[in-house]
Amino acid sequence: MTLSPHLEAKFAKLLTSYPPGRQRSAMIPMLMFAQDELGQVTQELVEEVARRIGCTPLQVEEVLTYYSMLHKKPLGKYHVQICTNISCMLTGGAELWEHASGKLRIGHREVAADGFFSLEEVECIGACSWAPAIQVNYDFHHHVTPEKLDRLLAGLRSANAV
Amino acid sequence: MAAPVKLTIDGKAVEAAPGTLVIDAAKLVGINIPSFCYYEGLTLQAACRMCLVEVEKAPKLLAACTLPVAEGMVVRTETPVVAEARKYTLEFLLTNHPLDCPVCDKGGECELQDMVFRYGAGESRYSENKLHVDEKQWSPVVFYDGPRCILCFRCVRICSEGMGVGALGIVNRGAVSEIAPNHGDHLECDECGMCIDICPVGALTSGTYRYKTRPWEMDHVGTICTHCSNGCKTTLGVRNGQIIRGNNRDRSGINGEFLCIKGRYGFDFTDHPERLQSPLMRVNGKLEAASWSVALAAVAKKFSEVRARHGSFGVIGSTHTTNEENYYLQKFARSVLGTNHIDHHRSGDVVTLLDALSGTAGSLSTTADLYERKAVLVVGADLSSQQPFLAFQIRANYRHHQARVYVVTENEVREDGIAAATVRVDKGGELAGVHSLAEKLKTESELVIVFGDSIKGEAVRELVAFGNSLGIPVKYVALVDYSNSRGALDMGLVPELLPGYQPSNQPGMTVGEMLESESLEVLWVVGANPLESAAMKAKDAFVVVQEMFLTETAQRADIVLPAASAYEKTGTVTNVTGEVQRLKTGPSTMGAKPDLEIIGLIARDMGLAAAVGPWIADKVFEEIRATVKGYSVPMAIISAGGAAHTMPVNGRIPVESRPDLIHSSRDNLFTSGTLGRYSKMLGSVMEGRQA
Ligand code: SF4
Ligand code: SF4
Ligand code: SF4
Ligand code: FES
Ligand code: FES
Repeated sequence: MTLSPHLEAKFAKLLTSYPPGRQRSAMIPMLMFAQDELGQVTQELVEEVARRIGCTPLQVEEVLTYYSMLHKKPLGKYHVQICTNISCMLTGGAELWEHASGKLRIGHREVAADGFFSLEEVECIGACSWAPAIQVNYDFHHHVTPEKLDRLLAGLRSANAV
Repeated sequence: MAAPVKLTIDGKAVEAAPGTLVIDAAKLVGINIPSFCYYEGLTLQAACRMCLVEVEKAPKLLAACTLPVAEGMVVRTETPVVAEARKYTLEFLLTNHPLDCPVCDKGGECELQDMVFRYGAGESRYSENKLHVDEKQWSPVVFYDGPRCILCFRCVRICSEGMGVGALGIVNRGAVSEIAPNHGDHLECDECGMCIDICPVGALTSGTYRYKTRPWEMDHVGTICTHCSNGCKTTLGVRNGQIIRGNNRDRSGINGEFLCIKGRYGFDFTDHPERLQSPLMRVNGKLEAASWSVALAAVAKKFSEVRARHGSFGVIGSTHTTNEENYYLQKFARSVLGTNHIDHHRSGDVVTLLDALSGTAGSLSTTADLYERKAVLVVGADLSSQQPFLAFQIRANYRHHQARVYVVTENEVREDGIAAATVRVDKGGELAGVHSLAEKLKTESELVIVFGDSIKGEAVRELVAFGNSLGIPVKYVALVDYSNSRGALDMGLVPELLPGYQPSNQPGMTVGEMLESESLEVLWVVGANPLESAAMKAKDAFVVVQEMFLTETAQRADIVLPAASAYEKTGTVTNVTGEVQRLKTGPSTMGAKPDLEIIGLIARDMGLAAAVGPWIADKVFEEIRATVKGYSVPMAIISAGGAAHTMPVNGRIPVESRPDLIHSSRDNLFTSGTLGRYSKMLGSVMEGRQA
C-alpha cells in the first residue's frame, strides 16, 4: 500500500523509536496516525502495518478491536465523542448524548449521511473537573450544554461551507 | 544444579528446583491445583484465576500458575477461602456461558463442568439475558462456539507456540471478546485440531466428531497412526465398530498430545464407501465378488502350480503393513515360493546410514532426542509439512531448551523462523550447504542431523564423515515416508537384504525390474500401489493383490483379497527413528482380513503352513525378537504400549544400497500416498487443494 509522504516519514521514524526487536511497539501509533489521515483503519492498512512491524495481520486485528479509539469503519470529518461516565453523567452528559443523537439523527459509532459528523458515546476522557465534557477529533470542549453543543456543531458546519 | 527450594504445600514437605511454579511443585506431591489457562509446556497467561491459593504471610490469594516457589513458603490449596474464590471465578465464567451441558459436545469431559461440580457454583445471581453469538465454522475441521469460550488462550498459544502457525487470536474486549481465525471468516492453517483438543470446554469442536456421540459411549483404543513415518500414538474412539474420533488427550506415547490432521482426522478411510469387503476374482475379464475360500484356493492353486515348475514370482510389500506381516511375507516368499524377487518402495537411505555408522554406539536419534539434544541440523526436508511430529519436537526443543536449529534446504521452511542459521541451496547442493556450517556446528556440544532423500548413497557417507569431523557427539535420522517404511527395510523387504540387514547374497528383482520383466508369471502385491504411476510389462502374469481399495494395482489383479487397515489389526510398526510400537485393534471391517492372516491362509491352502509358522502376530514378533538383529527389545515396553528403540547397527552391511531407487513421495500435511485419497477429511480442507 502506498502511504502519503507525511505518513511514510512518521512510520519510518516510529520504526526507529523502539529498541531493536521491539518494532511491534509501533503498532498503535502507526494505526492512530494512519487513521487520522485515512479516516479509518482499512484491511489494507492492517496488512501494511503487520508487514512493517513483523507480526501477523491477526495480531494487528487483536489490538485494533481491543481499543475503542481505533475504527475499522470510516468516521465523519468531525468525530463527536460525548462522555457519559460518572462525572459527566451527574452533570448532564446523558442529556447531552440524547440531544446530540436526536439532532444528528445518528447513534453510537454512527456516521451522518453527509459524512460530516459521527458520534460516539465514550467513557471518561479525563476532563471530569470540567464536566460535562466532549471531544471533537482531538479538541476538548468543557462544561458543554445542549445550546453550546448546537453552536459548536453549527460553527463547524459554516466554517466548512463552500 | 542449584540447591532445591524447600516449601510446604497442604502440610506436605516439597523440594523443588528454584524457579519451579507452585502449581508444578504441587504435582510433585500429588496435589492437583485447578487451572484453565495454565498449560504445561505453553507460556504463562494467568488469565483465569482458577489456580488461586493461600500463601502464608501473603495479604491475598495468589495465582499458583505464575508463582515461583520460595524457601519456607507455606501454601494451602484447598481452604474455605480458596474454595469460595474459585466458586466466584466460576460464577463469573458462567455468566454468559450456556448451561446446556446435556447437549454440549464436551459434556462428560469438560474441565469447566468438572470444576463447577467440584466447587458448586450451581446457582447464579446473574439475572440479565446472556450474550449470545452464533456458532461459526472456520474450516471443515474447526468450529467455534463463542459463548462457551472461557478465554483461556490455550488454543491461541498451542497454535502459535506448539504449531508455529499462529492462526488464532483474540479480538474485541470484555464480555464480547472472542477467538478469531487468521482469515476473517475462515482459517488457513495446518488443520491439525490441536486447538480443538486442548480447549477445556466445548467452544472449539471438530467437524469429524461433533455431536456424533457421547464420550462414554466409545471404547478408547490407543494405537499408532498409520500415515507418516513419525509413529504418533493416536487414541481411537470406537463405537459400534466405527472410529468416531482420534486424539491423544492422555498424552501417552512418544508424541504426547501432538497429532497432525492425518493422525487426528485421517482415519476416515476405514469406512470409506469404496472399501473392499469381499474378495474379487477375474471372470471373463471382469472382477467379480467371490468367497474367501474360493479366492484363497485359487491363489493357492496358482502359487503351487508355478512353484512346482520353478516359475518366476515377484513380491511387492507395503510401507504400511506391520513388521510381523513384512517378516512373514518375506519368509513366505524366500522359503516357500523360493524367490528373492521381493521389494517395496524405498524412501530414505537407512541402509547406507547404518553401514556408515557401523562400529559406533548411540548414533541413532530417537524422537525424544529431537526434543532434548542441544542442536539439530535439518538437511533437505520440509519437516513441518512432511514429518510433522519431528518438526513439533524441534519447535518444542527450541521453546523449552533454546535448542539451536540449523536448516539446509532448497526452499523456505517453517523451521527458518527458529533457526540459528539457514542455508538455501540448489537441488543437489545440500552437502555443500552442510559443509558451509562446519565452523558454527563445531561450537555446539552435541547435534542431531535429520536428512531427507536428497542425501543418499555416497552422500550419506560424506555426511557421516562430516559429523565425525565435528568432534562432538552426533546422532542421525534418515527420513522415510510411511508408518512402516522403516519396518519394511528392517524386515528385509528388499532383494539384497534379509531381515536385520543381513545380505541375502541371491539375485532378486527390484520393484522396477519386476514391472519391466516380461517373463514374470506371478506378481503378488501386498498393500502397495506400484501401478499407480508405472505399467507392467508381463501381460500374462497372474496378479494377486491384498488391498483395502480398488487401486490402480488392484484393478489389474486377477484376484483381489480385501485387507484390514492398520487400525483393524495387531502387530508392531517401526517409526522413522527406529522405535517399535504396538498396534491395537480398534474397529473391524466386515469381510476384510489382516494381511498376516491372509498370507497364512494362502500357506495353509498350499499345504505349507508348517514352513511359515503360525500367523499370530505375537508369535511372529517373538520370532522377530529372537532372530532379527536389533529387535531384541524389552517386551515389557512393547506390551505396555511404549516405544522401544531398535538398534540395528553394527557390522558392515556389504550390499549396494541402491540410491537410484530411493525416492520420497514428499507427502505434505494433507496427502498420504494412495491411502490419503480415501480420506474425505484430508481432501476437504482448502489447504490440501492448494498444495
Ligand atoms: S487446527 Fe491447528 S493450525 Fe489450525 S488453528 Fe487449530 S491449532 Fe492452529
Ligand atoms: S476456544 Fe477454548 S481454548 Fe480457546 S480460549 Fe476459548 S475456551 Fe480457551
Ligand atoms: S505426524 Fe505422522 S504419525 Fe504423527 S499424526 Fe501426523 S501423519 Fe500420523
Ligand atoms: S467522567 Fe466525563 S470526563 Fe471523566
Ligand atoms: S491457571 Fe492460574 S490464572 Fe489461569
